[in-house]
Amino acid sequence: MAKRVGMEVSISISEAVKLANVDVISAYPITPQTHIVEHLSEFVSDGELHSAFVPVESEHSAMSAALGASAVGARTFTATSSQGLALMHEIMYLAASMRLPVVMSVVNRALSSPINIWNDLSDIMAERDSGWIQVFAINGQEAYDLTLQAFKIAEDPRVLLPVAVNLDGFILSHVIEPIELFEQKEVDPFLPPYQPVLRLDPEKPVSMGAFGSPEVFIEVKKQVEEALIGSQKVVAEVWKDFGQRYGRVYKPVESYQTKGAETILITMGSITETAMMAIDALREKGRQVGLVHIRLWRPFPFKEFLQAIKGAKTVAVLDRALSPGGVGGPVGLEVKSALFGKEERPYVAEFVAGLGGRDLTVETFIEVLDKAEKYSQKQKDFQYELIGVREK
Amino acid sequence: MAKVEAMMPWKDVPLGGTILEPGNARKFKTGDWRSKIRPVTDKEKCIKCGMCWIFCPDMAYTHREDGYFDWNGDYCKGCGICAKECPKDAITMVAEEE
Ligand code: SF4
Ligand code: SF4
Repeated sequence: MAKRVGMEVSISISEAVKLANVDVISAYPITPQTHIVEHLSEFVSDGELHSAFVPVESEHSAMSAALGASAVGARTFTATSSQGLALMHEIMYLAASMRLPVVMSVVNRALSSPINIWNDLSDIMAERDSGWIQVFAINGQEAYDLTLQAFKIAEDPRVLLPVAVNLDGFILSHVIEPIELFEQKEVDPFLPPYQPVLRLDPEKPVSMGAFGSPEVFIEVKKQVEEALIGSQKVVAEVWKDFGQRYGRVYKPVESYQTKGAETILITMGSITETAMMAIDALREKGRQVGLVHIRLWRPFPFKEFLQAIKGAKTVAVLDRALSPGGVGGPVGLEVKSALFGKEERPYVAEFVAGLGGRDLTVETFIEVLDKAEKYSQKQKDFQYELIGVREK
Repeated sequence: MAKVEAMMPWKDVPLGGTILEPGNARKFKTGDWRSKIRPVTDKEKCIKCGMCWIFCPDMAYTHREDGYFDWNGDYCKGCGICAKECPKDAITMVAEEE
């Protein structure tokens, strides 16, 4: 049976990657992702993991090498953060369109400037439309589990898309948490070796990533879109299988204290557990508040999300990224889009907070919920509010 | 624009737009947007070295049995690289009629 140990979350992710028996790791170190790849390189040099470790000269090369490796049929892993992810940007789209099931840990960190190594979601949100499956961990155990699951989801012949497993920089990556680690023999039946459908093979030559004129480009993009939407079914299957084997159940959106809740807070990532404490504190005072957190960000689980917030009069969204000059953050935008056109829809109050690692405390969430309810009563017409910004 | 032979419903497109038939770029004829000049080889000067064939970025030359290189207007863009690289100045770029 799985053993529970206190372990830094980054290290546990490298343990998960090791259990996944990856063939190729190509990565470039960047704070706060560094511990994941450092630990993997140790596994490789100590002979504990029989993978090719490619120490590339940049993240652009890290992702390019990952694509090449995946194209020959190797199980491939990489990891990055912030500016590193931005440098991968160009190749991110290729991974999805070329249907290469690369798995990547994205240790979320703000994009400069000012130069900032702390946590927000601006890095991954700039990759929202890259065609990757994108999941968010709320704690260390989830980061570990989602990493293992990611390979199975990505490599499913019905999916064949890359997966980004997001975890908050420092807040998750550098903390020591109790984590249940699997034994190799427990993982092997869940995650058999990768069986590519198409691969680069000198015996049977094909060309990948070739030219696509206007006459064929849309058809390739349509395929990716259908695969991404269709992947939700596979994600659900993999999570069900995982739950049956190991007892931890994952859903695309999770509800916390939403029974009878008139106001529901929407979160993503590690802030969720702090937000839960705020919900508990308000529930104790008799307030009808609840929480819904989004684990599967792409493809967006519209049906499950709408079901989860059903009955709420007010929805407060807390975004950790800003779309400047727009309506707030990407999560708020998605929530509003999901509700638009529905006959009965709650009032949506959009908040942007915690940029560049600004701490989000229980009090922040209470402030957000208070404001959301106040604005809802007045039906205040506003785009979004930036929380915690000093005016004086 | 040359006709594309890959017009197929999205479900039939090979995974990720992968090309399953090696060398099928040959079917995609692009010579119709050549600059209005083309190379002409003077066989008297040619020493069959193959530099034109190696350097042509569009693989517009093919190697003949007798050692000379045939030019193919279906792919040539008129860039002049072959003329520039020929060690014997055997290739001249000549203007094409409209
Ligand atoms: S002009 Fe350019 S494209 Fe044409 S044959 Fe010479 S090298 Fe090739
Ligand atoms: S480069 Fe000049 S000399 Fe050499 S094969 Fe071509 S035409 Fe002949």
